[in-house]
Amino acid sequence: MLSVTGISKTFPGVRALDGVDFTARAGEVHALIGENGAGKSTLIKVLTGVYRPDPGEGTMTYDGAEAAFATPLEAQHAGISTIYQEVNLVPLMSVARNLFLGREPRGRLGLIDFRRMHRAADEALRELGVRVDVRRPLRELGVGAQQMVALARAVSVDARVVIMDEPTSSLEPREVRTLFGVIRMLRERGIAVVYVSHRLEELYEICDAVTVLRDGRAVHTGPMAGLDRLRLVSLMLGREAGEVREEGRTEFTGGHQVTDAEPVLSARKLTARHHLREVGLDVRPGEVVGLGGLLGSGRSGTAKAIAGALPLDSGTVVVAGAPVRTGSTPAAIRAGISLLPEDRKAEGIVPGLSVRENIALAALPRLSRFGLVDEARIDRIVDTFIQRLRIKAAGPHQKVGELSGGNQQKVLLARWLAMHPKVLLLDEPTRGIDVGAKAEVQRLIDELAADGLGVLLISSDMEELIEGADRIVVLKDGAVVEELTGEAVTADRLMRAIATAPVGGPA
Amino acid sequence: MTTADVRDPAPQAVGAEEAAVDAPRPAERLSALAQQHGALVTLVLAVLAAALTFEPFLTADNLQNMALSSAFLAVVALGMTFVIVTGGIDLSVGSLFALGGVLAAWGSQYGTAVALLLPLAVCGLIGVLNGVLIARSRLAPFIVTLAAMLGARGLLLAVTDEGSQTYLVDKSTFFAALGQGRLLGVGVPVWIALVLFAAGALVLRRTRFGQYVYAVGGNEDAAALMGAPVARTKITVYTLSGLCAGLAGALNAAWLVSGVTILGSGMELEAISAVVIGGTLLTGGSGFLSGSLVGVLLLKVIQNVINQIGSLDSAYQQVVSGAFLAVVVIAQTWLGRRGRRT
Repeated sequence: MLSVTGISKTFPGVRALDGVDFTARAGEVHALIGENGAGKSTLIKVLTGVYRPDPGEGTMTYDGAEAAFATPLEAQHAGISTIYQEVNLVPLMSVARNLFLGREPRGRLGLIDFRRMHRAADEALRELGVRVDVRRPLRELGVGAQQMVALARAVSVDARVVIMDEPTSSLEPREVRTLFGVIRMLRERGIAVVYVSHRLEELYEICDAVTVLRDGRAVHTGPMAGLDRLRLVSLMLGREAGEVREEGRTEFTGGHQVTDAEPVLSARKLTARHHLREVGLDVRPGEVVGLGGLLGSGRSGTAKAIAGALPLDSGTVVVAGAPVRTGSTPAAIRAGISLLPEDRKAEGIVPGLSVRENIALAALPRLSRFGLVDEARIDRIVDTFIQRLRIKAAGPHQKVGELSGGNQQKVLLARWLAMHPKVLLLDEPTRGIDVGAKAEVQRLIDELAADGLGVLLISSDMEELIEGADRIVVLKDGAVVEELTGEAVTADRLMRAIATAPVGGPA
Repeated sequence: MTTADVRDPAPQAVGAEEAAVDAPRPAERLSALAQQHGALVTLVLAVLAAALTFEPFLTADNLQNMALSSAFLAVVALGMTFVIVTGGIDLSVGSLFALGGVLAAWGSQYGTAVALLLPLAVCGLIGVLNGVLIARSRLAPFIVTLAAMLGARGLLLAVTDEGSQTYLVDKSTFFAALGQGRLLGVGVPVWIALVLFAAGALVLRRTRFGQYVYAVGGNEDAAALMGAPVARTKITVYTLSGLCAGLAGALNAAWLVSGVTILGSGMELEAISAVVIGGTLLTGGSGFLSGSLVGVLLLKVIQNVINQIGSLDSAYQQVVSGAFLAVVVIAQTWLGRRGRRT
């Protein structure tokens, strides 16, 4: 029905898609999976006309003829509908208006026939098992119901290809059942469905075929049935089971001096709707605890919840024996929790400010008296960190934006260390920085742990996780599925844990 | 949209649709009611207070005057409402109003058709230009229309020899009658404004283009992904705004029987105030034309009352209008937050 052959898409500095083949067949549900940055979103955007593929490389065929969509509208008119991860509708407009935007039933004089539109909207939603007042503004509906409206819109346009980008990420289990019912109905009608999700159980339940993307390439295409879970995970992560080299790839020395002391951080039953389900973990002083799992398994959510950046429905966080108010970053910082966020550009550094200012930023309240900043003290602290973390800068007054990624990361680390944290949460601390800097950051983590800090490490780099962590807590669908300790901290066990059957339903 | 639609405004149907839309929870209904009818209630109260306090307020002459001066602002606010619902702003309308008046007065020597079409063509073209720059070049509406405001003012000065030349309209022409004439005792411009509002409301609520206007203002990215012609919609609303400003200027010139060059400065802000007071969200995506009409009337009643209190400096009129606007925007924000929470 819809297929691409040898298609590529290059952004400045990045080759997001590199000669990808992909075919969606009529009456087939085709899973498209891959880790962060594998190229799924880019491929979807190429298929739906949001992006144009690199010219001269590869072809796209639709319904037997060569095709190229210049705009999303063109793709839609051709019969390709898309449901995006975040609901893309107009919240202030009514449900019915959203459903029918651009194809409203019209009566005499070309005026919209609202009675007919409301009836049709009601029927379309009822068919999907949703009963709402279609005249109400969309924003009054829950996210799940909004998602169903988007779905109703997608299937009611006589679509021949329906692309779903993580449609279940905000749905309740009951709504997921409804969604799967609709997908089966679409399949019976001979519609080609492309299904993107991180939840392996869903893929096995609903999909007929699978294509795995990694680093912009399609590394595997084949039927879903008979594909071993472990093999699927290793395809996504890019490691054959047992192929992971256990030694020497990272700067970690392995094994830290972990005392049997009381945990410095103790999180219990962290629960946040659609994110986490009763996640609990301990970190002792001097210990590096890794968080394992696939993209979307709740790793970053756990770190954010502990740091107060993700509102919790329930659960407790205790630091050095004292409970911390959850859902408040200032409270977490005061308690001694520091989070190095995943996206350092958006959530961390201020590129226009100097190294010195960036380091001092969070600690300013501590370093000032009566609102006046103690400049000499800041100079001392900044100098100490520049030396200790080996930050390569022309001087403390160089702008952070001019530094390399690795040194930016060190500046961020220094900022949080200046707060004298007890627990350090590191979310992908070495992503996107060069090999040399990576090694230095890894060595630093070791040193910090040796100094008695509790470290929680999130990393998609499996070697980093296995060699860096003393223990690995494995997450899946927002819940802890296994904890690997001591000898069990191996790539094989980690992948097995990720691939095993779930506990209960999705979060 | 054909001319047949204009002749058949079917206002009842529009009203029924609006009433049907708000039927949800009490808190939501309350905030919707306040947003839609707050200005109307205030207007009624203001009129009552004025009628009781000032005897001359309810005289036919005074009402006629208020209705006429409201009519010109109302036509400008009509176009402005479309622009603001898309989440944009048009600062050029005051200059276009003045330019339209001068062009109409100059053109009236060649007949009514020229007197009407010339300002419409020029102001419409500037509106198209605004729209293209905003939609295709993705420039900020504020800056683009600010440039158009200055440019149109310059054009006006060029046409009138630095403002020294005032073109007059022959009182005996049909064009002059468009401004000066009366129908059933009410000035012709008032009728024109009313018909345009009825037609505009129909377009906004009951046509596909109207839905696109709301969608673009409500969530531009989503609208684009749903296949709405975002750029075309934006260009259309700025064109509409330019046309409305030009027409209002022409009618005003017909009323004054001359093209007065000093008019229209600050009118863009007056129009924006009227639209916002009328319940249209400045952030786009929500609003309705009847509110803008009420907003215009409210501003004009306040003006009129303060003019009548001889002891009060007329400068206070702007203080009161400003205070009103502030209250409305604060209330909107507050109600909006409440509405989202439920």
